[in-house]
Amino acid sequence: MTDYKIHLLICGGTGCKSSESDEIKKSLKYWIDEANLKEEAQVVLTGCFGFCEKGPIVKVLPDNTFYVEVKPSDAEEIVKEHLLKGRPVQRLLYKDPHTNQQISDSKGMDFYKKQMRIALRNCGFINPESIHEYISRDGYMALGKCLTELTPEETIKEVKDSGLRGRGGGGFPTGLKWEITRNSEADQKYVVCNADEGDPGAFMDRSILEGDPHSVIEAMAICGYCIGADKGLVYIRAEYPLAIERLTTALRHAREYGLLGNDILGTGFNFEIDIRLGAGAFVCGEETALIHSMEGLRGEPTFKPPFPSVAGYLGKPTNVNNVETFANIPVIINKGAAWFSEIGTEKSKGTKVFALAGKINNVGLIEVPMGTTLREVIYDIGGGIKDGKEFKSVQTGGPSGGCLTKDFLDTPIDYDNLLAAGSMMGSGGMIVMDEDDCMVSIAKFYLEFTLEESCGKCSPCRIGNKRLHEILEKITKGYGEEKDIERLKLLSNVIKDTSLCGLGQSSPNPVLSTIANFEDEYLAHVQEQRCPSGQCKALLKYEIIEDLCTGCTLCFRNCPVGAITGERRQPHYIDQSLCIKCGACYEKCKFNAIKLS
Amino acid sequence: MPKIKLAENTIQIIKDICSEFNHSEGELINVLHKVQHTLGYLPAEVQEVIARELKTSVAKVYGVVTFYSFFTMVPKGEFPISICMGTACYVRGAEQVLSEFKRQLKVEVGESTGDGKFSLNCLRCVGACGLAPVVMVGEKVFGRVSPTQVKQIIAEYREGCATEPAKSA
Ligand SMILES: Cc1cc2nc3c(=O)[nH]c(=O)nc-3n(C[C@H](O)[C@H](O)[C@H](O)COP(=O)(O)O)c2cc1C
Ligand code: SF4
Ligand code: SF4
Ligand code: SF4
Ligand code: FES
Ligand code: FES
Repeated sequence: MTDYKIHLLICGGTGCKSSESDEIKKSLKYWIDEANLKEEAQVVLTGCFGFCEKGPIVKVLPDNTFYVEVKPSDAEEIVKEHLLKGRPVQRLLYKDPHTNQQISDSKGMDFYKKQMRIALRNCGFINPESIHEYISRDGYMALGKCLTELTPEETIKEVKDSGLRGRGGGGFPTGLKWEITRNSEADQKYVVCNADEGDPGAFMDRSILEGDPHSVIEAMAICGYCIGADKGLVYIRAEYPLAIERLTTALRHAREYGLLGNDILGTGFNFEIDIRLGAGAFVCGEETALIHSMEGLRGEPTFKPPFPSVAGYLGKPTNVNNVETFANIPVIINKGAAWFSEIGTEKSKGTKVFALAGKINNVGLIEVPMGTTLREVIYDIGGGIKDGKEFKSVQTGGPSGGCLTKDFLDTPIDYDNLLAAGSMMGSGGMIVMDEDDCMVSIAKFYLEFTLEESCGKCSPCRIGNKRLHEILEKITKGYGEEKDIERLKLLSNVIKDTSLCGLGQSSPNPVLSTIANFEDEYLAHVQEQRCPSGQCKALLKYEIIEDLCTGCTLCFRNCPVGAITGERRQPHYIDQSLCIKCGACYEKCKFNAIKLS
Repeated sequence: MPKIKLAENTIQIIKDICSEFNHSEGELINVLHKVQHTLGYLPAEVQEVIARELKTSVAKVYGVVTFYSFFTMVPKGEFPISICMGTACYVRGAEQVLSEFKRQLKVEVGESTGDGKFSLNCLRCVGACGLAPVVMVGEKVFGRVSPTQVKQIIAEYREGCATEPAKSA
């Protein structure tokens, strides 16, 4: 970093940006100008720091002070107290929930202690819009090394030896894929980066592109060198405007520095990258569908083989890798395969990024070595379940994955263990659920997603999932019968076996895994017409217990449909025919006078 | 759907966009993105012009427009409301928020209010799961929304005292 003595890094990730991080930047700049510190202090908007729960985050370098939940109005104090007088603003420091002690360096926080950042190495450390900062952290060194010291074969060998597997869900060995694409003879080949990130509830890839776009550009160029391609394409969701903007800027800078274009670093190697926008179809994350979408067609998958490595974009050999897979590459080249393969488990090397969300205290973006247990992720890093509730389940793999119970909490996370447990690694969505979540409803939620996103090309997926959804709907409405559980299982297995692409082949997983792990909940729904967690509204009834009601009228004033009647200081009454079961009264009543049955 | 006659300059805008992409059929999706960004939506008449310009069939253009959820054939409201229905938002109560919006606006998902002020849509994970459940009005993000806040959010825009008008595309 250049001449400035002080750097104020503000999180510009989507979460923090939604909570006014732009405003904070403006205020900080204003107060820095006022204090005549313009020459000494620089304000930089970075990518997601990971600790989104406590956002917006502002980090002050060089002393590494980590401020949480900053508001624009705090800017004055940060400048006047911290920058001018050297006294960090105590009230903005993170407070450890166990010891109640304030921690100013992120390294001391439980949230960061067990993490290891390879793919996210630069996120939250550099200004993603500055190529200088990327270069100052060994950026483009790996590309230089490959072009000048290693042959394509040697580079591929390094990637193979590292044991890196695809982070987009499938877990295919990356080096092997590169080798296959290299060995496919053609006059033109392509490198494609899959930034479609369809898993609803996940934001890993966008955060890498928003926080460290150059790492992906560098890796794509290395891949191009290895497989013999001079053209790269990034397929990115149009819903990610910030990521698109950052990537566009990064591409421009890379061209200006001669790191893309013709004769890169004077080695005679040419490589160019273009952006292709997705248009909101989950199935386009599947590589064959993605390729059709890039060709301007409907994003419908086609049968494999041929694999894209042999015949992909415009019929030419195409190497498709995920954003996070690419982000690992420069580090592997710089530090060596041996270093990388030391990390992780026997068959899953390195780290994995997860978007940790749901009923957990520390929602955020985390990166842990493979082999870390779910318990460590949920309790040590995630800080446990929100509001002191009981853990029920953790879902990985998005709509293709499964729900695991507390019996799996000590399972070390890797591709094979998650698969064996009935879920999958997926791209990194990790949603934690508590005692209030109904697993039948969760299965239904994922199926709704699949239904909407099925491309409709093959009937098992198009019609089968619809039938699955109908059965689940019936169960949650209280009309289910015991035979329905068997029907769900049978149909699920047929859909899995006969669908054309990965979407259909995995769409029943949430149903099968919830039946396997939470059969008692299904049984309660079908045998007793009861939803144990009280989520299935059709099975619910809110009632006021006369003896406990003080007539405070709070519920009456909060009911959105006027279903509650009663005189002040007299017991109130809920008209069941009007009640829409929103639960507002239940939450508001201070006397526990409203019961759920 | 009633026929709309496109104004000459609208047709010109579409033609210019197609030229920018060399009238290449393979660029169809990029063309659609740009046209929707400029015009706000892609009614049948617009698709006809695009098909002619790219020398492809209207059926193909229609097939692509209807395949992708990002493309819309009906205009969005002045203030497009999007409820995040990603998993993280769902488990934190997005469904209740959605049904409250439906009730207050008296529209279903994908529809606009009669006065054209609001349209209601769902989307999947906007990347602010820490703020779940999340609602977007235009570009503005509202976090940790509870059903009881819905009325107030709508009122804020209905009365026109919103900080800045949301963009329509
Ligand atoms: C329905 C479906 C959705 C997918 N979505 C994604 C996605 O959003 N991002 C991604 O990188 N891979 C996704 N994949 C996996 C890709 O097909 C492909 O395997 C991957 O991009 C390869 O890159 P990798 O080897 O680096 O993981 C999806 C697969 C299926 C079947
Ligand atoms: S399995 Fe579903 S998404 Fe895949 S091709 Fe068939 S219908 Fe389309
Ligand atoms: S909020 Fe509770 S105590 Fe007050 S009137 Fe309603 S039910 Fe009775
Ligand atoms: S659950 Fe909602 S609709 Fe029913 S009585 Fe309570 S506040 Fe009114
Ligand atoms: S978005 Fe700011 S920490 Fe994640
Ligand atoms: S699921 Fe709603 S913001 Fe991520």
